[in-house]
Amino acid sequence: MAEASTLVDRAIGRVHDRNVQPTCTSDGGFAENRTMLLALTALALLAIGLFMTLGARGSWAFVLSYRGTKLAAIVLVGHAIAVSTVLFQTISANRILTPSIMGFDWLYRLLQTALVFSAGAAFTVTIDSVLLFAVETAILVGFACLLYGTLLSSHARDIHRLLLIGFVLGVLFRSLAELMQRLIDPNDFVVLQDLMFASFNTVDVSLLGVAALVIGAATLATARLLPTLDVLALGRDTAISLGIAHRRTTLLVLALCALFVAVSTALVGPVTFFGLLVASLARSLVGSRRHAVMLLAASLCAVIALVGGQTILERGLGYNSALGMVVEFAGGIVFLALLLKKGTA
Amino acid sequence: MSHRSILTTAGVLLFLLAITSLAVGAGDLGFPALLSGELSVDQLQLLFVSRFPRTFAVLLAGAGLAVAGLIMQMLSSNRFVEPSTVGVTESASLGMLAITLLAPATPVFGKMLVAAGFGLLGAGLFMAILARLKLHSGLLVPLVGLILAGIIGAGAQFIAYRFDLMQSLGALMLGDFSMVLAGRYELLWIALGLVALAILFADRFTLAGMGRDVAVGLGLSYGQTVFIGLVLVSLVSAVTMVSVGAIPFVGLVVPNLVSMAVGDNGRKTVPYVALGGAGLVCLCDIIGRVVRAPYEIPVGTTMGVVGAVIFLALLFGRRTAHG
Repeated sequence: MAEASTLVDRAIGRVHDRNVQPTCTSDGGFAENRTMLLALTALALLAIGLFMTLGARGSWAFVLSYRGTKLAAIVLVGHAIAVSTVLFQTISANRILTPSIMGFDWLYRLLQTALVFSAGAAFTVTIDSVLLFAVETAILVGFACLLYGTLLSSHARDIHRLLLIGFVLGVLFRSLAELMQRLIDPNDFVVLQDLMFASFNTVDVSLLGVAALVIGAATLATARLLPTLDVLALGRDTAISLGIAHRRTTLLVLALCALFVAVSTALVGPVTFFGLLVASLARSLVGSRRHAVMLLAASLCAVIALVGGQTILERGLGYNSALGMVVEFAGGIVFLALLLKKGTA
Repeated sequence: MSHRSILTTAGVLLFLLAITSLAVGAGDLGFPALLSGELSVDQLQLLFVSRFPRTFAVLLAGAGLAVAGLIMQMLSSNRFVEPSTVGVTESASLGMLAITLLAPATPVFGKMLVAAGFGLLGAGLFMAILARLKLHSGLLVPLVGLILAGIIGAGAQFIAYRFDLMQSLGALMLGDFSMVLAGRYELLWIALGLVALAILFADRFTLAGMGRDVAVGLGLSYGQTVFIGLVLVSLVSAVTMVSVGAIPFVGLVVPNLVSMAVGDNGRKTVPYVALGGAGLVCLCDIIGRVVRAPYEIPVGTTMGVVGAVIFLALLFGRRTAHG
């Protein structure tokens, strides 16, 4: 929650600055979207409040700390998915591409499996889980830059081909991971299963601290890049003529995306369509070209959807681990609608 | 090479694969015993209870799925679709869940028919969406199919989760021949009849793929032809799913590979596609049995890897994707 609130603080700070020195406001900055952002913040806080208190029985100290860890994980994941999606859409100059649709999540899972497969479970158990996470994340960042950097630059014009390639890459990574899991020694497999059984209901708590650190750092880096991102969104040629080192910046943003994806996948596993869901929602709500506003709105939408959804499913309906499926179902429909809108236009 | 010689070569290769499939396994029956023909009673029993049924199941499922993919591609006139990437397989699994929940005592054949009915609905939904697509980008069609499959799959997962059927759903969606024994696969022979029907109707499917206007102009009963095609596709998907579980990508990659090797020739392609499908699934099954012997890797997993790699190669290779 920390970085969300700092973002809010910064948001309010900017609004004040703007009131003192009104500049060009036609692109939908904070001032125009203040009501919407405040409403989203209020909704997010309401969802968090309900999640923490609804149906609580017994010792408050226990309830708050137990639910608090889970809440922290969900908020981190929501923020990570939202930001990585918006960033990815900026560098690919498209609104239906997201890292998860392009197979990032499954690439991370494949790397996890490959590590246990090649190094053996004994190694992965003795090594510190934080160190392991760091190694996996570093490899993912490298791979993602290499693979998607090439893909994005060589196939950028043909969006359908790019999407389809990404989709099939995801299937390939998943099948390869499954194949390796079958090849692994059954004893090693149990270890792997523990590592990979993360879902919205069984969050890997041991990684929460380092996840918060990584996300905090990545968010800070993103915040520093905000003006560059706004220029990048104008398109490749315009960005270059305005003095942006396009290729280098794209790779940097890709690396940031990979960091966010690594954290969210490590915590709750692959989620294909959620990023698209919140990014399109945020876009339709705030309609701003400013990344500061978009990122904040997307992040808030993600928190509302995940925390609210989990509250409703868990407390209201008693379906503890259904959130992933519901998100996948709704997100898939949104994606199909977007695609058909473009296709039939 | 003439068509006849290609067909003969393909047949011989498939025969060799089938013999290999008969000779591979944990039991005491290898190539030497098989070729010498001197088999003990136990070995004969092994051969007739396990090895023959398994090999037949592999060949039938492979041929059926590949031809189902070909029909799907003809009807949508797109090279990159097949039952498991347009939602037919997922819909059939939904049907299996429904009948398991509502009438668990239904015999297997009845369950298969229900699954096929659901599969047909899924296929109809896909075709309806296609008809509404104005922009017929060759790659948009498979993309729409994949997402539709994802949505239906998520729905099936939710129902399975809600009613504690996750394990059954997992078994349905992951093809595996290791459980095939005499008496448990015979439903798959239906696939052979369906392949024969496909040969009979192949030319009409090609015409239907040219669109309603062209097809009607050429004197074809469009709606009826599409319906027959989709029924065949759903039946193949359902019968494979009920007997061994879903096997991805067979229907997608085999027709493409065949078209590269011998070109497109309507009805004459169907036998090649059937042979190719049987061969590919047989190869994947043998690989799955050998690499980790005496354990087995399900054919759904090996086929997932092999199929995805070939699919990617096709995507990178072709500049245009129109069938």
